[in-house]
Amino acid sequence: MRLLDKVALVTGGGGDIGGAQARLFARERARVVVTDVAEEAGQRVATEIAAAGGSAIFVRLDVAQESDWEAAVRASVDRFGGVDVLVNNAGIYQTDPIEHTALDTWERVMGVNIGGAFLGTKAVIPSMRGRGGGAIVNVASTTALVGSKRSSAYGASKAALLSLSRHTAIQHAADGIRANTLVPGPVETEMIAENLATPEGKAASVARVPLGRLAAPTEIAYAALYLASDASSYVTGTHLVVDGGLTAQ
Amino acid sequence: MKLKGKVAVISGAAGAMGAVEAKLFAQEGAKVLLGDLVEEDGNRVAGEIEASGGQALFHRLDVTKESDWVAAIAAAEERFGPVDVLINNAGVYRTTVIDQTTVADWDDIMAINARGVFLGTKCVIPSMRRAGAGSIVNISSTAGLVGNAVEGAYTASKGAVRMFSKAAAIHYAAEGIRVNSVHPGVIDTKMVEHLMADPELGPLVMSKIPMGRMGTAAEVAKMVLFLASDDSSYTTGSELVVDGGYSAQ
Repeated sequence: MRLLDKVALVTGGGGDIGGAQARLFARERARVVVTDVAEEAGQRVATEIAAAGGSAIFVRLDVAQESDWEAAVRASVDRFGGVDVLVNNAGIYQTDPIEHTALDTWERVMGVNIGGAFLGTKAVIPSMRGRGGGAIVNVASTTALVGSKRSSAYGASKAALLSLSRHTAIQHAADGIRANTLVPGPVETEMIAENLATPEGKAASVARVPLGRLAAPTEIAYAALYLASDASSYVTGTHLVVDGGLTAQ
Repeated sequence: MKLKGKVAVISGAAGAMGAVEAKLFAQEGAKVLLGDLVEEDGNRVAGEIEASGGQALFHRLDVTKESDWVAAIAAAEERFGPVDVLINNAGVYRTTVIDQTTVADWDDIMAINARGVFLGTKCVIPSMRRAGAGSIVNISSTAGLVGNAVEGAYTASKGAVRMFSKAAAIHYAAEGIRVNSVHPGVIDTKMVEHLMADPELGPLVMSKIPMGRMGTAAEVAKMVLFLASDDSSYTTGSELVVDGGYSAQ
């Protein structure tokens, strides 16, 4: 019951990590606003939560559209009274190296991964402030901390989340709003399914992970729960790395 | 009951932070060995845990002495079984201006804060191997992340704890032993009483905390619990900051 009576809005809630977060938060008694551009997947998570006795609604949300955010926050207020927890989890993956990345790819990835988190943060602040505080969790990636041979915009967009969290934390500490970044290592999800499709690909994905395996989505969800709940009431402006030791080397 | 059936050893368990950790761990189902130099306080905390239905044992522990560690771990194992969790919490805080710090002061601070963490880790590994896995949480400080003008030796000792934790995480990952560091900011305990009572330094330090207040020992203990428990099963080699935004600026 670590989120009893809290209202949590999760973006990318139809995906593996977002879905795991939404289900875990609902089990901890949060009322969950599951959002996604993928309506069927998002709706399914909300329906499953309700079927298991939890409280959830689905709202279609393209995180890169400010008007979508206004509607999503309005729906949260109408249905549940406001927003206490925001998890900016929605993101798109991109593996082109820098010299082969088109500008429109760069802008699309930035628009969703960092632009979406910015718009979400901006959209929920009035509601959180009115309720005396809140917790924002921005989901980044170890590519925010270290370089890689693949990706360009993806790593840059995730690194920008670290700064967004710190700025949110400093600007809204007095409002009781905390903001932190969650930094997962490789997680067994659909997003990196292509990387994991072959035994060699899977071996390469875990080769540098000291724990020697990928994370399960629930392991990321428990870290998000810690940052979302009052257990982390003095934690703000920082990042929590859940990567099996990958970036400690 | 996040630590049901687990055996935990906590150093500095008679102090404010260690005692709160010990009580929280016992509430969550752990069997706790409390190590400390201060026998009277350590016995009292262990007694309080037992009186409220928990399982606890006090053992005198000077963290700078290898033989003390060997005896404490053996006592925990004999009474409760192989050790699953070690919290290297014992530490000493002293403000020291670098050009006025004696070698004796430096050595004393390094012996307790850095050597103590090394010895605890070294001595608990065989027991954690018998347990099949383990989690070690080393209490560092924001002084292990960012510099300041009045804590030269303390900062060095806490920086050592930060990097030692990563080295240990990499080395023992394959055996299922996780190692992480916790970096509290200014926590309302006896350790900083003197600093915060200073008419000049106290208000200056407070003005640098975005959340505008000191943290509590309970807030640190909840982070330590997250790292000790299976909720953080993919987290190793990480540094978790609980500082009200102090180091995010």
